[in-house]
Amino acid sequence: MNIATLLHMQPEVMLACFIIILLFADLTIRQPNHRILQLITIGLLLVHLATNLTLSEETLFGGMYHSSPMSSAVKSILTIGTLLVVLQAGPWIRLSDNNHKAGEFYILVFTTLLGMFFMTSAGHFLMFYVGLEMASIPMACLIAFDKYRAGSAEAGMKFILSAMFSSALMLFGISLLYGTVGTLYFSDMPEHIVGSPLQMGALVFFFAGLGFKLSLVPFHAWTPDTYQGAPTTVGGYLSVVSKGAAAFALVNILLRVFGPMAENWELLLSVVIVLTITVGNLMALHQQNMKRFMAYSSISQAGYILLAILAGATGTAALTYYILAYMAANLAVFCVINEIEQHTGGHVDRDDYRALYTTNPRLTLVLTLALFSLAGIPPFAGFFSKFFVFAAAAREGHWIVTFLALINTVISLYYYLLVVRAMYIDPSDNPAPTFRTGRLGQLTLVVCLIAIVALGLVSPIYETLCQAAMLTFGAN
Amino acid sequence: MNILSLFVLIPLLMLAGLWASRTLNQTRGVMLAGSSALLILAIGLAVEYTNLRQGGATADMLFTDSVTWYEPLHIAYSTGVDGISVVMLLLSAIIMFTGTFASWRLKPMTKEYFLWFTLLALGVFGFFISTDLFTMFLFYETALIPMYLLIGVWGSGRKEYAAMKLTLMLMGGSAFLLIGILGIYYGAGATTMNILELASMSIPANIQHIFFPLVFLGFGVLGALFPFHTWSPDGHASAPTAVSMLHAGVLMKLGGYGCFRIAIWLMPEGAQEWSGLFLVLTTISVVYGALSAVVQTDLKYINAYSSVSHCGLVLFALLMMTRTACTGAILQMLSHGLMTALFFAVIGMIYGRTHTRDIRLLGGLMRIMPFLAVAYVIAGLANLGLPGLSGFVAEMTVFVGSFEHPDLFHRVCTIIATTSIVITAVYILRTVGRILYGTCKNPEFEKLTDATWDERTAVICLIACVAALGMAPYWASTIINESVAPVIERLACS
Repeated sequence: MNIATLLHMQPEVMLACFIIILLFADLTIRQPNHRILQLITIGLLLVHLATNLTLSEETLFGGMYHSSPMSSAVKSILTIGTLLVVLQAGPWIRLSDNNHKAGEFYILVFTTLLGMFFMTSAGHFLMFYVGLEMASIPMACLIAFDKYRAGSAEAGMKFILSAMFSSALMLFGISLLYGTVGTLYFSDMPEHIVGSPLQMGALVFFFAGLGFKLSLVPFHAWTPDTYQGAPTTVGGYLSVVSKGAAAFALVNILLRVFGPMAENWELLLSVVIVLTITVGNLMALHQQNMKRFMAYSSISQAGYILLAILAGATGTAALTYYILAYMAANLAVFCVINEIEQHTGGHVDRDDYRALYTTNPRLTLVLTLALFSLAGIPPFAGFFSKFFVFAAAAREGHWIVTFLALINTVISLYYYLLVVRAMYIDPSDNPAPTFRTGRLGQLTLVVCLIAIVALGLVSPIYETLCQAAMLTFGAN
Repeated sequence: MNILSLFVLIPLLMLAGLWASRTLNQTRGVMLAGSSALLILAIGLAVEYTNLRQGGATADMLFTDSVTWYEPLHIAYSTGVDGISVVMLLLSAIIMFTGTFASWRLKPMTKEYFLWFTLLALGVFGFFISTDLFTMFLFYETALIPMYLLIGVWGSGRKEYAAMKLTLMLMGGSAFLLIGILGIYYGAGATTMNILELASMSIPANIQHIFFPLVFLGFGVLGALFPFHTWSPDGHASAPTAVSMLHAGVLMKLGGYGCFRIAIWLMPEGAQEWSGLFLVLTTISVVYGALSAVVQTDLKYINAYSSVSHCGLVLFALLMMTRTACTGAILQMLSHGLMTALFFAVIGMIYGRTHTRDIRLLGGLMRIMPFLAVAYVIAGLANLGLPGLSGFVAEMTVFVGSFEHPDLFHRVCTIIATTSIVITAVYILRTVGRILYGTCKNPEFEKLTDATWDERTAVICLIACVAALGMAPYWASTIINESVAPVIERLACS
């Protein structure tokens, strides 16, 4: 063990250093400091993105920590997502209630990100659990960040309670697993996994625990309230970055640990996928509040993510790609919701978006394209990502689940179109006033828009992910 | 990069030009330049294609080209055309050109309207030049989504309802289609998405039996197959003029083209297995569509139901699976595209003046606006199959070809479908009598003016095409007939 080996976990080490830098910066910079801190954070994330390029398989601490090309790619994606969230945080963090705690916001975001990194490259259940908690507890603080707003405080409480409950379930599952195999190292487990009833129980409890994080039906009940109450920026972070990390952790563990029980978890996943997509879609139909609406939309999207997981090793490239495309579109939507909320004094209902086209045509166009991408309309990224997921699932022979998921895209199209309809078609007596988006907000939207349009049309991104998947999971 | 890619490139440039345009005249200039360029390109392609064929080129598709796109899934941007695609491209270019003129004075938000309109055209052109399953599907869906905004924002009547219904039903169809495409891809061994290569492989019969109905239904929804036709009357009635033209004239043809090119060509055994059921459905489409048109009072609804009937005839003829019938089906697609575009254009122009489409409120228009009235009569006569106009050629070929099928069941279906000719005459003549002749019921209408120059351009172009196809169908029917042959051979082998 020397310094050189520690460099293999460079993303985590760097992130930990960044947290300390931010702490000092927060102490030393005079008030009001939100702008400078935001720029520092953006700079740090860019540095991180540029240096995170490990493409080899590495194991540290006797197997506690395991980094692979795929986990490295996932970390880059999570960093990009965080960057986009930080970029769009400006208008909200500037508010007088939050101005003095800007530093805390960025530090908390970095802490959760660090936790997610550990989740994605854990090689041991204890490490995984620590990462998971590290990602959840600061997240509750972020959700309750607007603590003087009743909704936000309540949402934070709901989140922490359900997070703890799910952690308890998961720990129970892990302990059952430990009881049957006598080890917590991922790499030692597959040979002992035989599909005994106790291991089935372990699988179910473990899956339920992660199901909470991914907000899969029937573990989704906390999602709408939390999204609605949480600050919009945090909602965006929660819906893509946190979900992406949990999804990758799930597929990693299912393949590495529960691989021999594939038949068992495939059935479990199939049922949950159909439930998640359908319930998420049906509930989204009647939502007026845009944040709540996006919560249900994200539940149904989680179903598609799970469909990629169902395809096993074949689906890992599609899974990562799906998260990337979903991130671009979803963060664009949340950015627009946030801008409108901040510029109209807190309006987040669909009816407030009526005739938005007449006053803010560019913002409307961005939101429209992002929603089309979420609905899977070509030529936007969402279409390609959905196609790859379906192709992977079909290849593994899950025709019926794929078919049901496809039918559900039509339902999802309906509710996304309702928003488009409000903006373009429905008349309004007092549409949202014309306003200018801040420079960083504009940058976020432009980056998201480029990603939405270009991700699908430019093939090397997906092909790189396919290679990473092949190196990591041996998928072809 | 070959000549075919220009069909995608020009609309892309038009989109960029429209995006940059600042004034109404610039917008119109971009549209005029772009749609003329496309028309010239389509004519040039048709000439070049004919020359190559006469020069002895025998490949199934000409101008083929392929650029790998997504290597892991064997997705490529592959292009190629045969006689069927050539006439479809020509049809699309004509409708786009005339559609530009038909929406010359459209307000408000002209620029946005043309942006979505061009995106729709981009999808249509891309679909007809592609020979890759994925790319085809991509263009297909690209053509569908602009319809929502085009109808929802610029439409009339119950536009929100109609736009949503149309979009969701067509997207539902494409969900079936996507699973069908995956089925074909994995069924054929997952080595290629190229239609030409897939056509030389054989997909196991049991897989064909599962996926043929899915693909056929998926495209059939767009081809207004009974009972999935209900989006069509509402959608057409609410859409603005040029969108009705493009939609009924071209977009619905995507359905017939897809059924033929993908469903029947790639899965001949599935087609044999399922043709009976679908034949019954299409026969119902043909007769039911015509009967529904008889009782409508809204001009656009009459024409929309007539489209259901005529597009049903396309699918009907394709399912007969004889060479003559299939040639007739493609001719019918061409003929219906032209005459229905003419119909919708004229109806739109009349509606723009009278602000009603209710035939009970109209009357005596022949005296007030003679040009439009004559155009309406010509469109009507083409619709009911008067010799000398395009409808006659197409329907004649269809019914002769269908009756060639020796099977009793097929002949009975043909006889039932033939009655639609009579019913068509009923609703066309009734409408013409009601709105064009007799006395004018509304004194306000006396002041209305006849067509303006841009409207005349659109109408005259379309009438010329309808008449040309009616009097000299030889060129079209020859190149179509040649291109139908490989599909029929494959069917005969199965």
